[in-house]
Amino acid sequence: MKFKSITIFLVISSFFLTCILSIWKIMSTLQGLNFTNLNITGVFFNGIILSLLFVLIGDRINHLMKIFSLSFLFSFLYFYFNETSPYWYIFGVFLIILFFTNKLKKYNTKSLTEDFISEKIIFDFITLFGIVFFAFVILFPFYIMLVTSFKTQIALLVNPLDFSLDFSKSLTELFKSYFVIFETYNFSRYILISSAVSIGTVIVTLLFAIPAAYAVARLNFFGKNFLSTSILIIYMFPAIVLVIPLYTVFSQLGLRNSIFGLLIVYTATTLPVAIYMLQSYFKSIPKEIEDAGIMDGQNWFGIILKIIIPLSLPAISSVALYVFMIAWNEFLFSLMFLDNPKSFTLSRAIQYLSGDAETPRQYLMAGSVIVTLPVLFIFVYFEKYLVSGLTSGSVKG
Amino acid sequence: MSNILSKLEKRTAYTLVLPAVLLVFAIVLFPVFANIWISFKDIELKDIRIPEPRAKKIVKSISDDGSELKIVYKLRNSSLIQEIRNVKFQDKFPKNISILNLDSRCNFKSKKIICDFGNWDAKYKENFEIILKNIDGEKIKKEIIKSQKPILSGKSDNPLLTANFTLKNFKKVFYENNFIDLLLTTFYFTFFGTVGAIIFGILAAQLVNQNIQGRSYMRGILLFPYVGPVVALAYTWTLLLDPNSGTLNAVLVNFNIIESPINLLGQKYITISVLGFDFKLRLALTTVIFFEIWRYFPLAFLFILARLQAIPKSLYEAAEVDGASPVQKFVHITLPQITAIISILFMIRFIWNFNKFEDIFLLTGGASGTRTLPINVYQQGFAVSDIGMGSAVSIVIVMLLLAFMIIYFKLIGKKANEI
Repeated sequence: MKFKSITIFLVISSFFLTCILSIWKIMSTLQGLNFTNLNITGVFFNGIILSLLFVLIGDRINHLMKIFSLSFLFSFLYFYFNETSPYWYIFGVFLIILFFTNKLKKYNTKSLTEDFISEKIIFDFITLFGIVFFAFVILFPFYIMLVTSFKTQIALLVNPLDFSLDFSKSLTELFKSYFVIFETYNFSRYILISSAVSIGTVIVTLLFAIPAAYAVARLNFFGKNFLSTSILIIYMFPAIVLVIPLYTVFSQLGLRNSIFGLLIVYTATTLPVAIYMLQSYFKSIPKEIEDAGIMDGQNWFGIILKIIIPLSLPAISSVALYVFMIAWNEFLFSLMFLDNPKSFTLSRAIQYLSGDAETPRQYLMAGSVIVTLPVLFIFVYFEKYLVSGLTSGSVKG
Repeated sequence: MSNILSKLEKRTAYTLVLPAVLLVFAIVLFPVFANIWISFKDIELKDIRIPEPRAKKIVKSISDDGSELKIVYKLRNSSLIQEIRNVKFQDKFPKNISILNLDSRCNFKSKKIICDFGNWDAKYKENFEIILKNIDGEKIKKEIIKSQKPILSGKSDNPLLTANFTLKNFKKVFYENNFIDLLLTTFYFTFFGTVGAIIFGILAAQLVNQNIQGRSYMRGILLFPYVGPVVALAYTWTLLLDPNSGTLNAVLVNFNIIESPINLLGQKYITISVLGFDFKLRLALTTVIFFEIWRYFPLAFLFILARLQAIPKSLYEAAEVDGASPVQKFVHITLPQITAIISILFMIRFIWNFNKFEDIFLLTGGASGTRTLPINVYQQGFAVSDIGMGSAVSIVIVMLLLAFMIIYFKLIGKKANEI
């Protein structure tokens, strides 16, 4: 056994253990537990002893026996030195150590002498650490958003670290922020407007994009190449440079503060992407099917309606979902064009709420949860379709 | 025969394409050119309304029996800078009414008063009075008089269409606007945001590409920041980073990692000493860049992951046989395979970050040293309400973007086309 590789193994593994235990401690603090010390050095040395014991025991005991007994031992030690902590916390520590020792499975005195073992150890633990790190960094803000919406202003001011939910309260108490934003701040109206604009954008965009994409994919006409390259260039053009001219023209035409005006702009900005995605799909449909349609005496309209659309429903629905998400999330144009609370979209309404410094933060977060949930729901539910579309370059941001 | 068919095909193609093309031209391309026009004009937000003649009608009774009424029309030109030509005025009255003091500019015929006020200068104001008398001597109903609104018309120029041009806006952009600072901030934000997003994207893709449990869940979760609405995410982060009761500061203070809360989004500079040297870090800008990385590394991740999954496994197996270390495998197999996609990503993200408005606007509003060019468009155009100036900044953005695209296609374009 090389001394170098075992040192690296011990240091890296206990560093990893320290990280997850610290995250667990921080998360528990946010549930109202009163820790003020991460005790990094203590945990780190415990980790070194744990890993060392693990390697030394080796194959002498059955793996399951080994990890359970080690986890019991170390969580008991942990409990002994932190008597104040509740049982669920210690149980969490137990599970973490169990997970950790299970990950150590492939290391023993033999494997630590392999080639490049130190690099492999570093890669393995960086992978583990990376997964924990990315999951934590990404999910934590969403978690805070959700729990804040269930707290009250006073509770948050008294202890900004306590996000524990009090389930002894009635449901109406717990969901109070949601009731308030619906009753006082008129969020049901904004949800309706946002849905109307987004769904309207989807319908109008598809109406314009399907024929255009078909023409680009199948028909020969002068300026076709120019059109398909300019689609991509227009796609790169920033919304911020469109804002001032559109604002002035829309003011003079009376299109500001109207859902119709917003619909036009959203449609125009999503059209290039929609055409681009659809035409590449249309090209993959065998041309013979259309020839059969022409033989049957169909005109172009009939071909699109009866052959192309039924065959490309998956692509059309993924474009529709995208356009919906873009329109639902859109903020810049709704900020510029809407200044009458009667025609706000959800995003604009939340921004308007935050403009008043008096607005309690839980209302803001309740609004944020409402605007985020539909998008995340659509994304999680239709992930497979959406991810393939994302890589073909659809969502701009 | 084929000629007729191809003609028919062309005609169909144009009818299919035209609606979409027209809409995109009107909403996307037209504004880009309209910006050039507006940027040469000295025009403010309040001027964009077309001037119109306005009248406010005030009715007072001046005799005891109510048979005589005085009407004051407060006439004005709605514009402060433009004249209105050939203003016509018209109002209706009930039966049996005569006007006692008919102005020389007016005519009274069959219950109607019609006046010709000629031209009104900018800011024009006049109190135009008439006194009504009921011929029967009965009381005139005030409500009826009040409910009748006067009709005004006049000709005026659309201030957007007049031919007064000036270079003032561009002078202001380059000389009075801290232009260098603005440009540097924009480049810091764009460059570090782009590079950071790509680095984190590579790391995440490398992670997910390994055989780990729950890999597809991980891929879904990693994309959350990218698909979530920017408003919700930005406000959540402001709440997390808030110095007074934000979670992050509270946790750090609680575990004695820092002594007092740091205002991550509101403090322009922070001094960090490393090895005895003091560095001044632009704190708020750095925080905003980190938010940017957090929100957009998923896109880089997804593209790189797709590329990684397309690398043939045999390459790695061959390297394994040759006894290559994990680092060697990454440097000699993985990296060369993903350079092309990285250069494309760099371009796309660079352009989009360069134009990023919402994220900075929602986090800091452009305060504490986070004012970038797009933020400046908004500030000039809507906060200071000098839309000519805002347009001039937009033009600068478009010019810089075109320059990037040209440089990019000269340097990397050919390589990128190869994949």
